[in-house]
This record gives sequence, C-alpha cells and structure tokens, in this order.
Amino acid sequence: MISSNSKVILEVRNLSASVAGIEILKGINLTVRSGEVHAIMGPNGSGKSTFSKVLAGHPGYTVTGGEVLFEGQNLLDLPPEERARNGVFLAFQYPIEIPGVSNSAFLRLTYNTQQAHRGGEELDPLEFNDFIQEKCKIVEMDPSFLDRSVNEGFSGGEKKRNEILQMAVLDPRLAILDETDSGLDIDALRIVASGVNKLMTPDNAVIMVTHYQRLLNYITPDFVHVMRRGRIIKTGGKELALELETRGYDWLDDEHQRASDAHGSASAAGAGRAGATPA
Amino acid sequence: MSAVMKAPDVRDAYLASLAPEVNLLAGPGPDWLNALRAAAAACVNSLPYPTTHDEEWRFTDFGLLRKTVFASAADISPEVSLTDIAPFVLPESEKSRLVFINGSYAPHLSVCAGLPQGVVMSNLAAGLSSHDAVIRAHLAQQLDFHNEAFAALNTSHIRDGALVLIAKDTVCPAPIHLLFIATGETASTPQASYPRCLIIAEAGSTCALIEDYVCLNQGVYFTDAVCEITLGENTAVEHTRLQRESLSAFHMAYGAVALARGSNYTAHNITFGARISRHDLRITQNGEAAQCTLNGLALIAGRQVADTHTVMDHAKPNGQSTQLHKCIADGGAHAVFNGKIFVRKDAQHTHAAQQSRNLLLSNKARIDTKPQLEIFADDVKCAHGATVSQLEMEEMFYLNSRGLSPLTARNLLIYAFAEEIVDRIPVTSLVKQLSKTLSEQILEHT
Repeated sequence: MISSNSKVILEVRNLSASVAGIEILKGINLTVRSGEVHAIMGPNGSGKSTFSKVLAGHPGYTVTGGEVLFEGQNLLDLPPEERARNGVFLAFQYPIEIPGVSNSAFLRLTYNTQQAHRGGEELDPLEFNDFIQEKCKIVEMDPSFLDRSVNEGFSGGEKKRNEILQMAVLDPRLAILDETDSGLDIDALRIVASGVNKLMTPDNAVIMVTHYQRLLNYITPDFVHVMRRGRIIKTGGKELALELETRGYDWLDDEHQRASDAHGSASAAGAGRAGATPA
Repeated sequence: MSAVMKAPDVRDAYLASLAPEVNLLAGPGPDWLNALRAAAAACVNSLPYPTTHDEEWRFTDFGLLRKTVFASAADISPEVSLTDIAPFVLPESEKSRLVFINGSYAPHLSVCAGLPQGVVMSNLAAGLSSHDAVIRAHLAQQLDFHNEAFAALNTSHIRDGALVLIAKDTVCPAPIHLLFIATGETASTPQASYPRCLIIAEAGSTCALIEDYVCLNQGVYFTDAVCEITLGENTAVEHTRLQRESLSAFHMAYGAVALARGSNYTAHNITFGARISRHDLRITQNGEAAQCTLNGLALIAGRQVADTHTVMDHAKPNGQSTQLHKCIADGGAHAVFNGKIFVRKDAQHTHAAQQSRNLLLSNKARIDTKPQLEIFADDVKCAHGATVSQLEMEEMFYLNSRGLSPLTARNLLIYAFAEEIVDRIPVTSLVKQLSKTLSEQILEHT
C-alpha cells in the first residue's frame, strides 16, 4: 500500500484544540498519504475521538493552534459540510437517528449534494436505486433497510454498517472511522471491516480510531499511532498494536517521559510518519 | 377602576352577541333539541368569557377574537365545486365523505356509498328523522357545556352536523372523512360557524375517522367546533383530527370521548393553521381495561397561537393511556400544551405514560408545557416527561458532516421531528399530503 512518492492527503502540524476552555489536543503531528491505513490507538480520554471530530469540523471544539492541510488546502477554514463535500468522511461512534426520513432518501440527498459540488451527475430515485443496491452488497445490508428511517431502531451493528454504507455512497478521499468497532459482535465486525477493505483504493486513505487491537485483525494498518494526553507519543507498524495488546499503555508513558527528559518536551511528541517503520 | 368593574358585562355581551337567534328559541328540529339549545343559550348568557386571568386559559389571549365582529354563516352553502375541494379529497374515503361548507351540509360534495348496512353516516338534521332516539341519548351528553363557554356556544347553535353510527360488531371498511371547509373570503364580513360531530360506535365495532378543518381562502373567520365520540364495549376507533384553517382564522374546539370496557381509542391531533386556536380534548375511561393512544403535533410560526389542553380521565381499573404531544414553534409563535391525567380511586392498575416534546426554532418563539398528574389510586404506573429544546448540535453536525448545508440540515431535522407523529396516521394518502405540507411549511418558514 505504501509508496514514498504517493500523494499527501492529510498533513496535521502541531494541532491543538480545546473544549469549554479545557485543552484536549496538545500538538498533534500526522501525515497521511494516499493508499495508507493509519490506526490511532490510546486509552480512554487520550483525545483520539476529539482528534477525529476536530478533523471533521465539530463546532463544539475550538482549534487553538497548528494547522491541517487536506490535499494542500487549509481544512480548518472550512465548515463541516464543505470538508465533507471535498472528501472528508467521519464514521460516527454514535450515529444519529432521523425518524421519518427514509435511509434511501437521505443517502440520495447526500449523494446528490456531493455530486452537485463535484460537478457530477445527480441521480433520480430510480437511477439511485440501482446504484445503492450495489453499494448495499459491500456491507451485506438487506435492501429493506433502505426503506426504514435513518438509523431508527437499528441495532448497534446495523448503525455501524449504515455508516460504512454512507462512506460507500460518498466515496471520500479520507475516511475517519471513530470507534467503528465498538460494541460489534464478531460477525458485524467482520462485515464492517470487509466493507472498509473493499472501499480502499490507492487514491484514498483511512484513519481508524480504536481502543482495541481487535479491528486491526481485519483491517491491516500501515501505521499505528498511540495517543496519550492529547499527543501522539509513539508511532510504529502493525506489530505495535500487538505489543499494546500484551503490554498495555503504561510502559509507553515511561518511555515517552524518558525521551522528553532527554530531548526537551516539544520535539519528541511522535512526528507522525517521521521515524515510522512500516511493516 | 371603573373599566375593571365594567369588564364582566362586556364579556357576557360578547358571547351573547354571537348567539342572538337562539335567544328566540326558533331553531328547527324536535322539541328536545330546542330545549337543549335553550339550555346552552342560557349558559352562553351567564358564563363569563374566558380570559388570561382564568387558570385554564392563562397562556392564551383571545383578545383579538373579542375585537372582531362576526356574522353567523348563512344556511345556504356558497357555490363550491368538487374541483375546489380536490386538494383535500382522500382516495381512501372517496365513498365515505361528508362535506360542510361554513358549517352547512353540502350534499353535492358528500358521498356515502358501498358501506355495510351497519354504518350510518349522514348530516345530523337528516339523521334526526330516522335516529331521533339514539341522537337524543348521546347529543351533548359527553361534554360539560355548563362550564365550557365555547362548547355552550356551539351547542346553542346546533342546526346540523355530522352523524356517524356504527352498529354492533360492524367493521367500517373505509375511513370516514368529515370535511369542514371554510370559504374564508377576505373581502366579506368575517363569519362564524359551529361544526358539530356526533360519533357513536356500538359494542364490538371498528372505524377510522378523519375530522378535517380546511379553508379555501386566507380570510378571517371563526370556527367553534364540538366533537363527541362514544365507544361501546370492545370497540376500536382511530380518530385523526386536522386543523389546517386560514392563518387569520380563530379556531376553538372541544372534543369529548367516552370509553366503555375494553375499548380502544387512538387519536392523531394535527395543528397547522389558525391565527389563534384552542383544542380541548377530554377522554374518560368509564369502563375497565380501556386503552388510549394520543398523538399530537402543533407546527406553528409567525404570530400563531396554538393551545392544546387534554384531560385523560382513568375512572376504572386496568386502563392504559400513552400520549406523545409535540410542538414546534418558529417566528414569534406561541404553543401551549397542558396534559392532565386523572387516576381515580377505583382505577387500580392503571398504566399511563405522557410525553411532551417541544422544539423552539427562534428566540422569539415560546412554548409552555404543563404535564399534570392527579393520582388517587395507590397501585398504578404513571410516567410523564417534558423536554423543550433547540436543534441539537450533535444532530446538526451529523448532517453537516454528510455534506448537507446548515439550512438543509435544519429543515430535515424539523421535518423528522414532526414526521414521527404524521407517520402514525393510518391513511396513506393523508400521510403523503401532510408530509408534503410539512416540507413546504418548513421551507417557507426559513
């Protein structure tokens, strides 16, 4: 998947952000190139969900420093809907229910909005029906779900599959999966993961935010980053996830502390791709 | 000071001025009906006009109504054709429709065909010749017009109305559409009309009703409606009530529903119209193990006022009631919901749940919601809850993150909030019609 001359999709430089005056992100650096899968791991409260929401433009967070370039463009200047139209997609940890609006009508509305933005062809309900039937197969979703209200009465697994279905429809350049694996049984996890794998191309990239290594058995990351207290404190290949599974996170804390003591606190905070040893 | 002292006289004179002809007791129909009208007229003359000083009326100021002079609607319906009412016609009720124009029966627009023998649907005046006894036994029996000024006013004006009788064990195959049309001309003197419905479902019967208030023009007029429904043992009645009057109109309505043992009543109350409206609904479970489902939606904007007062009276054991009422207020609109639940001493094992959910769309809009539980039995399960919120940031963000603009996202969420109630209406064509109105109204408000 990785090729050193592939295009940089996302460049995060020293990003910090706060919510209600409390600083959550304290200088994140990360580079994502096309074709790459990045996993961001870390214990609860490390800031990984905040990071994904800030990238998608959640209005509840204030960016206090740093910059984010998406395909060379300043992402932080754009409202969430323009980020989405330009190709950033966030799969929610807790997708919202929209009673009274059918899934197919909603998907068509979002698809056509994006097509209008990209100058592509908009689809009428009949054309869209053919299009969406194919996409449903990617997440093994029964087409009857299209007639139901968006996420209403869906099980946890069904909601997550619906998120990946939306990803399939919107065809993002960068997909951020926020704890997409949480609460899934083995079958649902396999289906969701295989859906993501089918949607991967050399031209797009995925950031998976996860608490557990479980998802990484199904989607192989090129890089694993560990977040702790609002920073990326270590970056490695997929073997790092296995090490975390057996050793937990605390040893990294000590290691990070020693590194900080040795080099001063600013530069050691995991420079994303730099220093990474891909598997 | 002197103005304050004079106020009661002004109130009385106002209601009486709306009911001049009944003072003469010169109505059509049998003697008992004349006596009923006279009794109601006496109440009209003695009951004070409700003001915001009355607890039950404190949020709803009808001052504007008092300032308007109305003429009683003429007995002869103006020229209205089937083409004029086409937007309101429901395919499901193509052969079971009663139409009233400004309160007067319009036989040329009404259809009653192909219904089983046990179903009687006609105008009240015609029904009197063949069903005098049953009408006499039920008319004005469910409502307390001695204490309700506007119900008394309606009763004092009874000349005609809609009559539906479903005989024992009869299933009415089509929904019955009771269509009350106000012509609402803007040029003429404002008219007052007094629609009346009497619905009697005998034991073991089933029917669906649509009580529908619409307008042809956006003028000023006054509708004062009363609907009485009696459910016999083991009956099922599903009642959809739509108030889509002119945005300059006044709409007062009183509904009284009585449930016998094992009966099941479902109501869908939808309020879109009128400048000022008030709907009182009183449901009494007179028999054991009765069940009620009440769904309500008020979607208003501009300077509209919509007040809904419901009373759910559990008088007998093992009854159930579930209520969900939603208000959406935009602009400078004011929505009111007051939901009382009584559980009487005998009504053990009652299970009652009430939810009031409200959406405020502007800084100037206002919603008052008041759940009120009065429980006298000791072994019951009752729950109530009320929320007033603005559109939630998380919901907006979800839709924005899918590329939808804030305006589209907002409209979609308001639509979804309202659609949850509209979706429950059992008549497909009506759901489609209302969904279309909803999306148009929501777009118009933005």
